[in-house]
Amino acid sequence: MADKEIAVSVKDIHKEFILPQSKNSTFKQTVVNIVKKNNKVTQKTLDGVSFDIHKGDFFGIVGRNGSGKSTLLKLIAGVYTPTAGSIEVHGGLTPFIELGVGFNPELSGRDNVYLNGALLGFTREQMTDMYDEIVDFAELGPFMDQKLKNYSSGMQVRLAFSIAIKAKNDVLIFDEVLAVGDEAFQRKCLDVFEGYKASGQTVILVSHDMDTVRQFCNRAVLINDGKNIMIGDPRKIAKKYSELNQGVIDAESSKKNERASDNSISIKIFTDEGKERASFRAGEEMLASLNWDKVSEVDHVVLNIYKQSGEHITGFRYANIDNKSSVWVSMRPNVMPGRYHIALQLFTVDNSQIGDEGAIEFNVKNEYVGDVDEWSGLVYVSHAWAEHKPEFK
Amino acid sequence: MRYMTTKNRAILREMVVTDFKVRYQGSILGYLWSLLKPLFLFAILYIVFTYIIPLGKDIEHYPVYLLTGIVLWNFFTEATMQGASSVVARGDLIRKVSIPRYLVVITSTLSALINLGLSLIVVIIFALFNGVMPSLEWLMMIPIILELILLATGISFLLSALYVKFRDITYMWEIFLQAGFYATPIIYPLTKVPEQFHKWFFINPMAQIIQDARYAMVTPTTATLWTSVHNIAVMAAPFVVVVAIFITGALYFKRHSAYFAEDI
Repeated sequence: MADKEIAVSVKDIHKEFILPQSKNSTFKQTVVNIVKKNNKVTQKTLDGVSFDIHKGDFFGIVGRNGSGKSTLLKLIAGVYTPTAGSIEVHGGLTPFIELGVGFNPELSGRDNVYLNGALLGFTREQMTDMYDEIVDFAELGPFMDQKLKNYSSGMQVRLAFSIAIKAKNDVLIFDEVLAVGDEAFQRKCLDVFEGYKASGQTVILVSHDMDTVRQFCNRAVLINDGKNIMIGDPRKIAKKYSELNQGVIDAESSKKNERASDNSISIKIFTDEGKERASFRAGEEMLASLNWDKVSEVDHVVLNIYKQSGEHITGFRYANIDNKSSVWVSMRPNVMPGRYHIALQLFTVDNSQIGDEGAIEFNVKNEYVGDVDEWSGLVYVSHAWAEHKPEFK
Repeated sequence: MRYMTTKNRAILREMVVTDFKVRYQGSILGYLWSLLKPLFLFAILYIVFTYIIPLGKDIEHYPVYLLTGIVLWNFFTEATMQGASSVVARGDLIRKVSIPRYLVVITSTLSALINLGLSLIVVIIFALFNGVMPSLEWLMMIPIILELILLATGISFLLSALYVKFRDITYMWEIFLQAGFYATPIIYPLTKVPEQFHKWFFINPMAQIIQDARYAMVTPTTATLWTSVHNIAVMAAPFVVVVAIFITGALYFKRHSAYFAEDI
């Protein structure tokens, strides 16, 4: 690694933003704030991030919303000034923090291409060289002399993205720009990314779409709470990233479940190793202990599983209660990844419900148990493929 | 550090051209308004100050004299008002690309300069109609306008950087300009003011600039800094003011421009 030329070097970057208690937009407020000695609150958005991007890297910056990755991008692009630390960029750099910067609806498509190009750091000659390719890629040839305000929003996006995609510079930065255009256009854009990768163009991609990062990046950095917690192989980064997200989802579920357990019905879910947990892989064994305190009246119980969106996935009934106040059930939820809840209802002999139902949330992760092939849909149906006609009974 | 690289020139060019193209969007006469505006202004002033309030009946070519002052003052107003709000108005650019921030201020000065050029064409046409003879002294307008640009740009740097944090600035500047219009000999000739006050008038660079322009363009009989003041220190005053304003403005702007993206 050490012998590779460095394209961008980020060294121990810190960035703090001052959050005024009330913004000093007028003299009156300023005077009031000085008199009251309002303390300004600083927010540490980045707290010591360092990494090197080598020439020819397709480098991913990933992180959850609010992790500081967009701030980092703006620092690399030179829009923000770091509070401490330094960023060295070797060669020219073109940032696409937003597409179509400076686009003016009153100008023609042609004028907007030149305006946008100038703002991205290209001279008029360079833009003239690129112009035909840009128009071809956008498939907007016949419309270039029309005003931008007469373009559909899709056409505007296509024009903006074509400028971005055709721009040639030592380092290109893209901030979540893949989510534009229809499928055919997206396909074209992905082809261009493939082209970058093949030709050794240095690209920095900010995204939280792990599929894209895995597909294109050869290196990546994971930012969380303003710190880089991992640099390197994008597959490892992607895994770490889903763990981070899972942690947040789990914390939310257990908070909800705590609130729900005030009820006279209590449900707890465990792994087959007896660990209490809220997230399971699809098809993983899940053991639920069901408890209730209205012992005498209960004749039978019904357990339902719902998707978070409210769809009823399944329900089953247990009738051998016989004055017990608890029962266990073992399940293998072969369902698509997402959030679900288990609801338990208690019934009397004449089939009327006792009290409210008790519920608990659980999550199914985007991982499967065993050698299950890829599947789609709401549930996994156990199945077996055969090349010959099976023997019928 | 190089300021006017080809990249920066490309940005300036595109921004100024955009400003100009967008300005008269949707109007039938379009760019013609850039000429018609000073023309009608001239007609109104001519009627008011020749027939209703004949302030300058002793002055040769008074209508042209008046128009010269108005046109220069209008440039000063336009450049500084547009300049003051330029950084905030282009906030979308400043938050998304790292173009040199001073370019947005220069853009508003240049846009105003295009208008000044068109207005001066009208002034020249009327000067000729009014019997003013073209002379080599007209070339004096070049250094005079350069001084005016320096003054307007310096003020724009200062105000635009202040405006990012204090939105009261443009209102205050508007009032200041109103006062300045009457503190500067624009509609009245300096000869109406008692002579011992002249040197105080000339501390104001706008007074010096307008009087010099009238001297160069219209009539050599007008009172200028050079004819009214004989003390070298006082003679240097308006130029010191211009240079001081420009340096202060540019330094203040440079210091704060690194944080414009987050402060806007």
